Amino acid sequence: MIIPRVPPQHRAMLAQSRMSGPTPWVLALLMLLTLLAAAAGLSLARAANGIGGAIAGRVTVQVVTANPEQRSIEAGRIRRAAAAEPYVSAVRAVPRDEVIASMGRWLGSAGGEDDPVIASLPLPELIDIDLVAGSGATQQARLAALVARASPGARVTPHADWLGPVAGTIRTLAWLAGALVVLMALASAAVVIMTARAALGSHLATIEILHLIGATDPQICRLFQRRIAIDCAQGIVLGALVAVLLIGLFSWQFAGVTAGLGASAAIGAGGWIFLAMLPLLAIALAALTARVTLLRALTMML
Amino acid sequence: MNAPPRIRGGGAMVEFDHVGLRYGPDAEVLADVSFVLQPGSFYFLTGASGAGKTSLLKLLYLAQRPSRGIVRLMGEDVVALPRDRLPGFRRRIGVVFQDFRLLPHLSARDNIALPLRIAGVEEEDLAGPVGEMLRWIGLSERAHALPATLSGGEQQRVAIARAVIARPQLLIADEPTGNVDPEMAMRLLGLFEALNRLGTTVVVATHDIHLISKIDNAQMMRLEKGRLSDPTGALRYPPANRA
Repeated sequence: MIIPRVPPQHRAMLAQSRMSGPTPWVLALLMLLTLLAAAAGLSLARAANGIGGAIAGRVTVQVVTANPEQRSIEAGRIRRAAAAEPYVSAVRAVPRDEVIASMGRWLGSAGGEDDPVIASLPLPELIDIDLVAGSGATQQARLAALVARASPGARVTPHADWLGPVAGTIRTLAWLAGALVVLMALASAAVVIMTARAALGSHLATIEILHLIGATDPQICRLFQRRIAIDCAQGIVLGALVAVLLIGLFSWQFAGVTAGLGASAAIGAGGWIFLAMLPLLAIALAALTARVTLLRALTMML
Repeated sequence: MNAPPRIRGGGAMVEFDHVGLRYGPDAEVLADVSFVLQPGSFYFLTGASGAGKTSLLKLLYLAQRPSRGIVRLMGEDVVALPRDRLPGFRRRIGVVFQDFRLLPHLSARDNIALPLRIAGVEEEDLAGPVGEMLRWIGLSERAHALPATLSGGEQQRVAIARAVIARPQLLIADEPTGNVDPEMAMRLLGLFEALNRLGTTVVVATHDIHLISKIDNAQMMRLEKGRLSDPTGALRYPPANRA
């Protein structure tokens, strides 16, 4: 039982004043930070997984033959040959407009066919090729050989080469957020231990009388455990409410982001369920910690 | 919860065998104390301040373990008794503390009801015995008063009511009449005597030598500098055993 059932007349054996001091406020703060860290960790993990899934089997082929007509022929040859391979799931020629728009962003020019800077550049033919799920280095090597036969100067660039480190960094940050959640759980447990010990210290005279009258350790423990668990639960619920408000605000702001990392960083229904479980787990942890601490301390008394 | 301890057939209520008690590295406050308390007897424990009366009582009501020697309570060696068996013994011992030790946040009624609640008596079964006890100590009108609002004598009466309400087999009282007027002192002593007649072993620590003559067949033990000078109670009578 997280919060033990104690008859009202028995509850009165302990003075009615709150026994946890500032503990509920400290736990509220820790719960707030725990939930924010957990939400950040979930978002980052989803973003990393989203990136990982998007780049795992995608390569871009650049056909850089100087002669534009020859370049176009070789690109067509690569597309047809790749599409015939069983390990290729999709082949897409990147439209020239898209290439020009990308170049415009890099060069700081207005972009478009009329831009003299871009018009002077020998733009490559780009082909995005998606490999079927589960494809690995062997399939990529076969694709590279196929491309080399069709266009000896073409370059094959797996997306994992340049987005992989980003995904790895995001994944590391997600693990760090997870570690923060664990550390804050430990800090919360330490706060509860100190609270339980302080409560016992300040009620020593009452405990001694209850012991001498014949109260058992579990009887006395239940009185304290109930009060400490309720005090802790109040703090945890307060912290959780503030955290939900803040996370909801962030989620609402991110809802407008439909591209890039932001689009894949939403917490999702599963994430919200996980976040909702955390305060319940925290209350259970607080009650359990209080019980173990109290019973151990009571055992030290005669 | 373990079953309540039972006195072994024909055994003593309390046996001390060469018991010594010291607090920390200091000299022993009790040394080689040996005596036997028979079930259903009435004992007075006397001695000058600092003689060790309260320490001896602490050993009796299991608030302290001796540094050496053997203490048997109701036939069981309680020195090596596991902690989880202590409550069973303590529920059969009533204690009137010299400083009352009432719980300050509980009313007189709730303080008196404490031993029964701890023993698991249902609320509906409490009203009768608690009300009767309040009437007996003359505090029915002040049942809901907190200890801080009671006089010293009233607090002492509540403490005594708390000690006897569960009909203990062993009643230990440390200066129980120290804060009450002579009339109330006699009423309280009368209660102790009545409980004694019902089979309760009573041990009363007191400075008041006149109390001793009020109880027939009571025996006296005297502590001097931590040693029991008259373990048989032969100052007045040979050992009595009404069990």
